[in-house]
Amino acid sequence: MDSRNFTYMFYGFAAAWVILSLYVLTLVGREKKINKQLEGLRRMLDDKGGK
Amino acid sequence: MRDKILYILGLLSAAWLTVNLYQMLLVLPDELRQGHIYRIIYFHVPAWFTCFSAFFVGAIASILFLVKKDYKYDTCAVAAIEVGVAFTCIGMVTGSIWARNQWGIWWTWDPRLTWAAITTLVYFGYLTLRQSIDDPAARARNSAVLAIFSFTSVAITYKAIDWWRTQHPGAVLDFRTGGGQIDADYQSVLYQNWGALMLLAAVLVVIRMRQESAIRAIEGLRRHAHAR
Repeated sequence: MDSRNFTYMFYGFAAAWVILSLYVLTLVGREKKINKQLEGLRRMLDDKGGK
Repeated sequence: MRDKILYILGLLSAAWLTVNLYQMLLVLPDELRQGHIYRIIYFHVPAWFTCFSAFFVGAIASILFLVKKDYKYDTCAVAAIEVGVAFTCIGMVTGSIWARNQWGIWWTWDPRLTWAAITTLVYFGYLTLRQSIDDPAARARNSAVLAIFSFTSVAITYKAIDWWRTQHPGAVLDFRTGGGQIDADYQSVLYQNWGALMLLAAVLVVIRMRQESAIRAIEGLRRHAHAR
């Protein structure tokens, strides 16, 4: 064992933060995708309405 | 205004987590037998409590959806359950790392661990089910039924350490044992970290709810566009 299991504690804490960060990044990515889709749809509806 | 409140709550949870990290790493002493590794409990247990709370919210919102047929409850259910799944992953991974160090194995088919795995799979199944149904009404109805039944798995996971005394450590917190199983300072930091994670989870649920509402709006606009 290392100095009183410090390495494994570090792995555990790091894993918790990595999972949280990955989830937050997923939310950010989804937000961008949603905004892009909304913008595209609004433009399409405006085009259709103008015709 | 709402954005501002959300940012403030997010920052508050980050600050609270930072204070807790300071307490865990620099104030509290090592545990006599486990050394540093015992500190994983400060993320492992609060992460499970947070996901159980999120799944509870998901089940209640699902019941409300089935009763009132209001999509805002479906939005709340999916948001709470998705955030709950993220915290479930934290609980599973931190537990596994602790087990590798203390038991010499990453995993064992102990009843508590097995039920935790079942719960994780069931809620991943919920999220997969939602992806596979196109009709919004059928998707909301079917996933609400699944969310309600899935909560039985949460209850069994929670009680597993009382019903089957095997390898997973038993309950130590005062509200379950009546006291005397864990040092008061250790317990206080554990509860504080649960509070901080719950606050963070609440912020994430609200963000996810907004996204789900936007997705619903996109689906509505698409139908509108095709109908023209």
